[in-house]
Amino acid sequence: MSEPAITPELIQQHNLSEEEYQLILEQLGREPNLTELGIFSVMWSEHCSYKNTRPLLKGFPTRSPKVLVPAGEENAGVIDIGDGLAIAFKIESHNHPSAVEPFQGAATGVGGIIRDIFTMGARPVCAVNSLRFGSLKSPEVRRLFKGVVAGIGHYGNCFGIPTVAGEVYFDESYEGNPLVNAFCLGVLRHEQIARGAAKGVGNPVFYVGPATGRDGLAGAAFASQDLTEESAQQQRGAVQVGDPFMEKLCMEACLELLATGAVAGIQDMGAAGLTCSTCETAARGGTGIEIELDQVPQRAPDMTPYEIMLSESQERMLIIVHKGREDEVKRIFDKWDLPWAEIGFVADHGRMIVKNHGQVVADLPAAKLADEAPVYHRDSNEPEYLKGTRSWRPEQIPDVSDASSTLMQLLESPSIASKNWVYRQYDYTVRNGTVIQPGSDAAVIRLKKDSLPELPEGAPNRSAEVVEKYVAMSVDGNGSYVYLDPYEGGKIVVAEAARNLACSGAVPLGTTDNLNFGNPHHPELFWQLKEAVRGLAEACHHFEAPVTGGNVSLYNQNPKGAIDPTPTVAMVGLIEDASHITTQWFKQEGDLILLLGKPLDTEDPCQGLGGSAYLQLTHQLKTGLPPRCDLDAEKQLHDALRGWMAQGIIQSAHDCSEGGLAVTLAECCISGEKARHTPHLMGASIQLEKPEGLRLDALLFGESQARIVVSIPPNFEGKLLGQAKILGISAQVIGTVGGETLSVQAGDQHFSWTTQSMHDAWFHSIDRIMDA
Amino acid sequence: MSQSSNSNEKNAYQRLQFGVVQFPGSNSDQDCIHAVESMGHEARYIWHKDTDLGGVHAVLVPGGFSYGDYLRAGAIARLSPVMHAVAQFAEAGGLVMGICNGFQILCEAGLLPGALIRNRSLQFRSEFVHLKVLHDQSPFTQCTPDETLLRIPIAHGEGCYYADEKTLAEMENNRQILWKYATSSGDLEEHANPNGSVQQIAGVCSREGNVAGLMPHPERACQQIIGSDDGQHVFKSIIEHLTQTH
Repeated sequence: MSEPAITPELIQQHNLSEEEYQLILEQLGREPNLTELGIFSVMWSEHCSYKNTRPLLKGFPTRSPKVLVPAGEENAGVIDIGDGLAIAFKIESHNHPSAVEPFQGAATGVGGIIRDIFTMGARPVCAVNSLRFGSLKSPEVRRLFKGVVAGIGHYGNCFGIPTVAGEVYFDESYEGNPLVNAFCLGVLRHEQIARGAAKGVGNPVFYVGPATGRDGLAGAAFASQDLTEESAQQQRGAVQVGDPFMEKLCMEACLELLATGAVAGIQDMGAAGLTCSTCETAARGGTGIEIELDQVPQRAPDMTPYEIMLSESQERMLIIVHKGREDEVKRIFDKWDLPWAEIGFVADHGRMIVKNHGQVVADLPAAKLADEAPVYHRDSNEPEYLKGTRSWRPEQIPDVSDASSTLMQLLESPSIASKNWVYRQYDYTVRNGTVIQPGSDAAVIRLKKDSLPELPEGAPNRSAEVVEKYVAMSVDGNGSYVYLDPYEGGKIVVAEAARNLACSGAVPLGTTDNLNFGNPHHPELFWQLKEAVRGLAEACHHFEAPVTGGNVSLYNQNPKGAIDPTPTVAMVGLIEDASHITTQWFKQEGDLILLLGKPLDTEDPCQGLGGSAYLQLTHQLKTGLPPRCDLDAEKQLHDALRGWMAQGIIQSAHDCSEGGLAVTLAECCISGEKARHTPHLMGASIQLEKPEGLRLDALLFGESQARIVVSIPPNFEGKLLGQAKILGISAQVIGTVGGETLSVQAGDQHFSWTTQSMHDAWFHSIDRIMDA
Repeated sequence: MSQSSNSNEKNAYQRLQFGVVQFPGSNSDQDCIHAVESMGHEARYIWHKDTDLGGVHAVLVPGGFSYGDYLRAGAIARLSPVMHAVAQFAEAGGLVMGICNGFQILCEAGLLPGALIRNRSLQFRSEFVHLKVLHDQSPFTQCTPDETLLRIPIAHGEGCYYADEKTLAEMENNRQILWKYATSSGDLEEHANPNGSVQQIAGVCSREGNVAGLMPHPERACQQIIGSDDGQHVFKSIIEHLTQTH
């Protein structure tokens, strides 16, 4: 079969520059054919090679004594959690596909990240996600929102893992370019860690999972280009279609196969499908690989080598099996009624050789393809807009005139309102492991014996008891702060995740990051990326939560402009003892309410209003200096809080973030949920000092960092305050839990809201918008 | 069933064996095993291709998306080899409980009256609900004093129970309706119903009473740490019934 000649247009269509094509000629010593060009184009796309960001990502801390598999080595990082157990986790984006086909785009995003976890030999036990959309006023946005949430629910629910936490934000910046970042966490014993290397020359290579079709063709390349209306239309065919049922069977079969010891290497076929999995495993193994496309199960007629190699049909795995153990694959995959095929073998020549009907259709150097993509050090330039935003001061706007209705408006605003419309579409109780359900600062799951993959028959510890573990997760991102100051905003993203973990009782263990940015060829946008990574890295280092892996999604923009630079992180932590597990809502009448952490940052010229939800909602301004992040103060505060939880003092803990102290207090009153239509409402009476010069809106809605609202039984007041003084942590009693209203005395002004009305506005806001 | 023993042994602790049917796509199978074990008894999987139940004392048909919910939830599962054995076991009076997808499968198999259709909201619903236990005269409710409220999670997209008026009247006469959705104060109000099922029905049993099905997940509510241990009432009832009749 003859392929068309390589022309400059063809090269451009494949998103390769002239220079990159020259590099290909050098590496091959000849011109590539079309299939080979396609292979280079996906392997060297931003999504697969990180060519624009690798120099920056080197800045992340990736090691700690607990890291068993660090970032960059395998499909997901693995961290030790003690007693011979470990967790594998990662976050990944599926932004562009979700813009085009929200249901399948989001569903396959979940499917992809789940595969990254079980390819490490871990049993996936929960999912989390971070979503951002344009304004819900737009019918198109509502369509995307509905589709994405339904897609995530469909995949996770059918696969059978609970989706236990998330964040959802709405901002015009994301119009037409939603952000869908999906996270998965799995568990395994240390000895069950599997690697994606093609080890053992002569070992057979197996393909398992559903047959290959034309779906998702060149999805990786699509993700690596600007999303415009035109490209979206053209790329509808590039959106992959997922089958969670198939994936569940595939996972069970893979874990069963891994338990037999027959597996030498295993990798999922994700971005760039067969191409990526074959060349990466060969590169890691320092070997070569040869496959025969005739053997690859196909479900579309007359597929070309190009199509087979670039297809991103879902739920497929590449497994390198120890020679002589081929029968295990047949036995196990037949049991689960899954297609399988022996498609090749591990060679010693370091090349990736692809044959079709016995003819060589691609012959490429595996390691060069996987590891030697060009690396770019893009130009960066501080953006012009910062001159304006940095000079904004609160004096330019009047103080809040009706704080009463402003709080209600904030509670109703979709970014702050309850997300129950979303999470009640996610099964969050399956697997009997969800200790803190969606709705609190962090999710907490417990790991028990059936969370682990099975050990081989005859293994000595097969029937041993497994120590129950408590793992907490929080996913956080911030476009506004990062837009206004990428470095400070980057630090805050991580600090907030760590703070959320602390509020649930957890110590951070590790982080996975998803960088959602614009076009790296624009120096101003690249500067945002560079500075944000600098902030993220510094904070991850400070909290001793190394980055174990993650994802970069660039080219997020649409004809109206780039999205706000939006790094999201998912941070995972461990809770030592079940008794430390804490939720965010007030528990009982009579408890004292304390504000921990400096009530306001006196050095902040914007008094915490810069980049705040309040400023955006009431004045439609996204400007100012974001609040400052003091990493030392944060860590000290989190440590102290955990210490008080260990002493049994803390009844509830909730951190201050969007909407400031007033929103935090309201949420403590109204966010407890016992069952359907059965909220746990608790009023509070609060007295706040309003020092001279502090604006009322700053006091109530300013977003100064490192602050946590806790409630404690009154008899512990002396103990906590005394210890806080010694530790140098600011702590003050601000009120008492009780009654049916939240009443706040702020200086000489008094405000009062019934818990019923606050709950009604906050809980049903998104319902009302979506039902309209 | 197996050999009967002296009723004086009613209080003796006998480890019962529960069989949990496992279809491709079952999700709550491990949760059923976990729940039974947390109640101090034994449970094991019965693979869908097996035709021998292996002498278990009771059968659980768990939740999930058997066969990916292709065609209709439960439509394919009910044709599995194992379901023939389950039907025979039920015919002989054995206790069978279907949970969520399991309930759907038992209805499709004709072992329970009625059918489950898509939630009225057209969306998947996952939340804790309150269930009113209508009477304690069934092996599945005998440990629950009259009018007890159970707080149990649901997680389903097709949980809307439907039966025609004639069937419903018969079921009411025979005391076949076991659980209904209620408010936290026990009122059978419509807004307490998460899926629009007729008469707020959450679970029912067969005419003979030894086969039951419910949409909520009692196996996910056997330990306080995961939100509720009210599900224990259901398992305790089954265990007590089996222990009494052995």
